[in-house]
Amino acid sequence: MPRIGVFVCQCGNNIESTVDTQKVADETKKLPGVVHTESYKFMCSSPGQESFKKAIKENKLDGIVVSACSPHMHEKTFRRAAEAAGLNPFQCEIANIREQCSWVHHDPTKKVGTAKTMDLTRMTIQRLKKNRDLTKITIPVTKRALVIGGGIAGIQAALDIADGGHEVVIVEKEPSIGGNMARLSETFPTMDCSQCILTPKMVEAELHDKISLYTYSEVEKVDGYIGNFSVTIKKKAKFVDESTCTGCGECWEKCPFKADSEFELGLSKRKVIYTPFPQAVPNIPVIDKTRCPKILKDKCGLCAKVCGPQSIDFTQEDQLVTEEFGAIVVATGYDLMPKSKFGEYGYGKITDVISGMQFERLASASGPTGGAIKRPSDGTEPKNIVFIQCAGSRDEKRGVSYCSKICCMYTAKHTMLYRHKVHDGQAYVFYMDIRSGGKRYEEFVRGAIEHDGAMYLRGRVSRVYEKDGKIIVQGADTLSGSQVEIEADMVVLATALVSRDSATTVAQTLGIGYDKDKFYNEYHPKLKPVETVTAGVFLAGTCVGPMDIPESVSQGSAVASKTLALFSSDKMAREPITADVNTQTCNACWDCLNACPYVAIDKTEVKDRKGNVVKMLATVNAGLCQGCGVCVCACRSKAIDLNGYTDEQVYAAIATF
Amino acid sequence: MSEEAKMESTSSFEPKIMAFVCNWCTYAGADLAGTSRMEYRPNVRIVKLPCTGRIDPLFIIKAFENGADGVLVSGCHPGDCHYTTGNYHARRRWIAFKDLLDFTGIDMNRVHFSWVSASEAIKWVELINNVTDEISAMGPFMDFKALNRGKPESNEEK
Repeated sequence: MPRIGVFVCQCGNNIESTVDTQKVADETKKLPGVVHTESYKFMCSSPGQESFKKAIKENKLDGIVVSACSPHMHEKTFRRAAEAAGLNPFQCEIANIREQCSWVHHDPTKKVGTAKTMDLTRMTIQRLKKNRDLTKITIPVTKRALVIGGGIAGIQAALDIADGGHEVVIVEKEPSIGGNMARLSETFPTMDCSQCILTPKMVEAELHDKISLYTYSEVEKVDGYIGNFSVTIKKKAKFVDESTCTGCGECWEKCPFKADSEFELGLSKRKVIYTPFPQAVPNIPVIDKTRCPKILKDKCGLCAKVCGPQSIDFTQEDQLVTEEFGAIVVATGYDLMPKSKFGEYGYGKITDVISGMQFERLASASGPTGGAIKRPSDGTEPKNIVFIQCAGSRDEKRGVSYCSKICCMYTAKHTMLYRHKVHDGQAYVFYMDIRSGGKRYEEFVRGAIEHDGAMYLRGRVSRVYEKDGKIIVQGADTLSGSQVEIEADMVVLATALVSRDSATTVAQTLGIGYDKDKFYNEYHPKLKPVETVTAGVFLAGTCVGPMDIPESVSQGSAVASKTLALFSSDKMAREPITADVNTQTCNACWDCLNACPYVAIDKTEVKDRKGNVVKMLATVNAGLCQGCGVCVCACRSKAIDLNGYTDEQVYAAIATF
Repeated sequence: MSEEAKMESTSSFEPKIMAFVCNWCTYAGADLAGTSRMEYRPNVRIVKLPCTGRIDPLFIIKAFENGADGVLVSGCHPGDCHYTTGNYHARRRWIAFKDLLDFTGIDMNRVHFSWVSASEAIKWVELINNVTDEISAMGPFMDFKALNRGKPESNEEK
């Protein structure tokens, strides 16, 4: 016979005003198995907790029902107190008689409230009788982190985790880390040179003894669960031996073949053996195997001839490595909306209609023009330049309903950079709204208008076309209510930030969710902004949505703090609310496997003494299982049950209703 | 509760309604109704489950068997599931199960399915009031009770 104690809380007057708690205590005392009941003013107070613990010991209670506020409030409090009194914490259950009874039924005669409290308490007692002792699950933790993406968010995360004393691997698909930030000229609102603040961090990451860089690499496969991920990484063939290459540059000096530079967004050429930009980290070139004649038809091979340390190896192949990690940081960044989307702006057709990112390259001291603003078509200095904001952003017809958030600020920055470099030039900006929320941001935009003379026109551009060597921009100025036509030398589009092409593939590899725009879903957009529904996988930077550098850096540091918390002990404990398979009745139909949203069901072989497989069983990986219970209902043979919410417990509650 | 007294006159009939709700959305929404001191009809008894995906159709049958006059199932809105897809499983299961319930002769108006988020306290209050009114008007659910006649009054330890 169980020895159950029932504690009915009065919560001052919160419960007592509509529930006769003493009557509830007296009546429940009559139920079989209940040996102790009491009504108390504040169960959650220290004296309340003390008398709670004392009653457990004195009456040798083996199960507790606390009829009080919502379990979301104090379930943990009472379970902890029960544990302190020597009970299994999962033998303590809460009946919610405040939020779901006394506060919503205002009958002053207490009849309604008392009757409902009796029912709720009785249901909880019956459920409790079927409770089993549960122990918290402990999982070993591999204290190594994987950072996918070597942009500023990923670099920051890696540096912070490494400074915390743990090994980090950065996987970057390009030949160098740095990401989109490496392309920028100056950064708003401080006008720091992007390279000047980024490259020291890139070098720090390279030199850090806890950080390994896997550049020109991609994540192929992810197995396992929090604390125990097994990740297969594809290291694409660079055709250069990283251990001996000194980065002297002799090879790309001599290479006779050229291709459009991806890093420079087509504004200049690179060699076929190349580093994407001069400050690349690591400073080791790769050979573009789709264009190298030596690889394609065994001709040339000049780079190998001039290479002092003999680092060129044309026989290199892609390599797959599998490594163990405890946490994964996803920091894959963003792309820009493709040119093909902007027919009416002439983007992609008129050479001097460029994107904001291309303008960054023109303005960058290390860019193709050495920082001089020149037209890509003829290299002349544009005297009239038009910036069109919201090119794609907030434009549902082009599939982007959101605001790209950074364009207002960088366009203001562009007008400033332009005026600083072309003193007699005039910048025009077509905008929908100016969104400059952020520290010193509004002042920055005012500076562009008032100090650097940018002409802001509120309205949309309807058409951009070429006429007599000029680019004619037709648009509306809605503030003056007139049509405007500007003869421009160059047009810069603030194209929308979009998710990476590979976003969905990466999400599927990692088992994380994404929204309609293929940006990754946070666990909770406000309270868990860098966590995902997959425990141990964290998010940082623009793979979550448009954000600027300070936000990306903050997120990088935030994921590092989450990772370091996870790595702070050798084992992690978690609530034992997980599914369990009855090995006797499982018939391996795999319906559970199809239903599970967390891929937490494994196919396990049962072998006889000779090692022959005699049958297959579903087993639950407690590390991955989140305890939703979908598999329980999917199971045809009722072989799965959910700890803490077993069929027995639910039926016991229903039966006494 | 005295069953006979209630059944004597349907005008004062107070139905018993069982609600199966998920922990993250509807349970929290019901809590919010309390925190906001809203008032609603006292006929519902909640059984909390982690997710609507955990709700076995048999729970609904069992609730009727044990004297429920109506059953309510509610969870996170589609797309908002705490466990990403649990409520989709629940929805699909519900569509298939509905036909079976109908076939067995249970009046479909006695079973309600809804989505109530953690912030929709008002929706929860309206839902409970509407469901209670509707089931009150239908009167007590006698089919299973008639079947149970002959068995001991109840198998539970009241």
